[in-house]
Amino acid sequence: MTEQPLLRVENLRKHFALTKGILFTRTLGYIKAVDDVSFEIRAGETLGLVGESGCGKSTAGRAILRLIEPTGGTVKMMGRDIAPLSKKELRPFRQQMQIIFQDPFSSLNPRMTAGDIVGEPLYVHGIKGSKERRDRVAALFDRVGLRAAQMDNFPHQFSGGQRQRIGIARALALGPKLIVGDEPVSALDVSIQAQVINLLQDLQRERRLSYLFISHNLAVVEHISHRIAVMYLGRIVEYADTRSIFVRPQHPYTEALLSAVPVPDPAIKRQKRVLQGDVPSPVNPPSGCHFHTRCPYVVARCKVETPLLREIAPGHHVSCHLR
Amino acid sequence: MSETVLDVRDLHTHFFLRRGVVKAVDGVSFSLRRGEVLGLVGESGCGKSLTALSLMRLLPKGGARTIKGEVLLDGENILERSPAEMREIRGRRISMVLQDPQTSLNPVFSIGDQLREAILRRRRAPRDEVTKEAVAALRRVEIAAPEQRLGQYPHQMSGGMKQRVVGAIAISGQPAVLIADEPTTALDVTIQLQYLKLLKRLQAETGMAILFITHDFGVVGRMCDRVAVMYAGRIVECGPVRQIFDAPAHPYTRALIASVPKMTGPIGRLTTIEGQPPSLMDLPAGCRFASRCAQVEPRCLAAYPGTVQVGPEHTADCWKVVPA
Repeated sequence: MTEQPLLRVENLRKHFALTKGILFTRTLGYIKAVDDVSFEIRAGETLGLVGESGCGKSTAGRAILRLIEPTGGTVKMMGRDIAPLSKKELRPFRQQMQIIFQDPFSSLNPRMTAGDIVGEPLYVHGIKGSKERRDRVAALFDRVGLRAAQMDNFPHQFSGGQRQRIGIARALALGPKLIVGDEPVSALDVSIQAQVINLLQDLQRERRLSYLFISHNLAVVEHISHRIAVMYLGRIVEYADTRSIFVRPQHPYTEALLSAVPVPDPAIKRQKRVLQGDVPSPVNPPSGCHFHTRCPYVVARCKVETPLLREIAPGHHVSCHLR
Repeated sequence: MSETVLDVRDLHTHFFLRRGVVKAVDGVSFSLRRGEVLGLVGESGCGKSLTALSLMRLLPKGGARTIKGEVLLDGENILERSPAEMREIRGRRISMVLQDPQTSLNPVFSIGDQLREAILRRRRAPRDEVTKEAVAALRRVEIAAPEQRLGQYPHQMSGGMKQRVVGAIAISGQPAVLIADEPTTALDVTIQLQYLKLLKRLQAETGMAILFITHDFGVVGRMCDRVAVMYAGRIVECGPVRQIFDAPAHPYTRALIASVPKMTGPIGRLTTIEGQPPSLMDLPAGCRFASRCAQVEPRCLAAYPGTVQVGPEHTADCWKVVPA
């Protein structure tokens, strides 16, 4: 690959300490929410990050933006490692990377007008003139399909889909190169969800945006992503372009995840692989391959040795002993 | 097989608020046969959950009233029963599973206490007999080591397991009808698949009828025999699941199915439905979907279309549909 990726994440780790006591705190152990995660995103590309609840996908997204501090690893944005930067040094990079949250109800301040919410990042990053700011906010409203006349309305006066558009306008305000979408359409009804997905795709084409699209909904991820990383209990288990993942899934977990997705057509009878048991606790994950407790193909080696993420075909990475 | 166990006729449940009347359920009719799964599909706020609560006579406080209609359970209109009689009916003849297992179990009582309570409400029995029955109920919903689980509290269990406990409580009285209101929405896909398979198996064993409420067409295809599509307080289309998918008659159903990403083929644009559903406080005189419909005509705005028979067992509320 000749082109330098926009974002390169290497061995990203985020461990949360489990503590007991208030005054004399003792550390009981660590939850390895993100454990040695590496991937890259090119300009104009969407990487889908999928997994079930608690697999660490949101934590990974936030650690990349340094909304939470990573425990270790490097996050290279346009070639520069932003993980060790101070808050002040980080500022110019903040303009380049923005986030859209899942819940359009709690991610907007109910006491601010929609226009102020979208204009706030502009103010913070130096556009103090109120006239100029208003004009730019109006243009953003227009671009995401809201009317400029709605700028003085408060969040509760908008529907869920419209609120998510406000969140998108806010993320776009500073002209970022990377947007992390943390389940940005999961709270929306399907008909509204489709509108927001189309908007995100239009914006990507128009501005050559890169997305890290975090979701548990494989159908949505398949639709929007160029490449996909599948996470299970803090680790990436499979990482490849979208077609390979869907046509030739290599990891048993990906396979099970795909067959579990309900497809809206009763005629399609796929082989369904029902996984036994629940996702184990990340506090005390299974030894070796984290998936071995639910894997239908488990062998003795899986229980002791942690598989590495290996490239088994060009661009197709899997961490499984059997592949 | 074709025996009707639940017949809902022209049900109206409105919220009477100071600001006005919210017509959340506004003329809903359908029937449920013994041993079938009927899907009730629609987007948030279309009135599907309130329909379920009306059937259970468990309306939320604050102005909601069922003002019209009949709910015939084995031919008996349960809307006319007294609250005491209703308590006898719930759990034994009609039962419900809610969306969020986190909130439908009581956090301060053990799983065993909550199961025993459900069993004891139905009949008096010695304690060890009730416990035996509780263990059997947990085993039926595929919970491993049920004896140990009885002493545990909801927070010690995963979401999927809690939802199975809720299911065990709901079917412990062997009801003829189970209403499942988005039972898998809060669960992960792999756990969701486990739960749906379990529901199917329990239904085959007990022969109960299930009213399966969901917003997810994918789940409908997997679970249901027939589907009713709801929009702004009314059922706009109802028919066998294959027909609804292969030849949807109502423009709303068509648009809804088209807007679901399908995991087939390359990245393209999704079909969307422009605009928003109408306010339930201020419903239009004509078809409620008219403002968002691509094929709208003057008559759609003037009057609500009647229910048209599209095929055997397949109906739709649309002016443009040609009766079979």
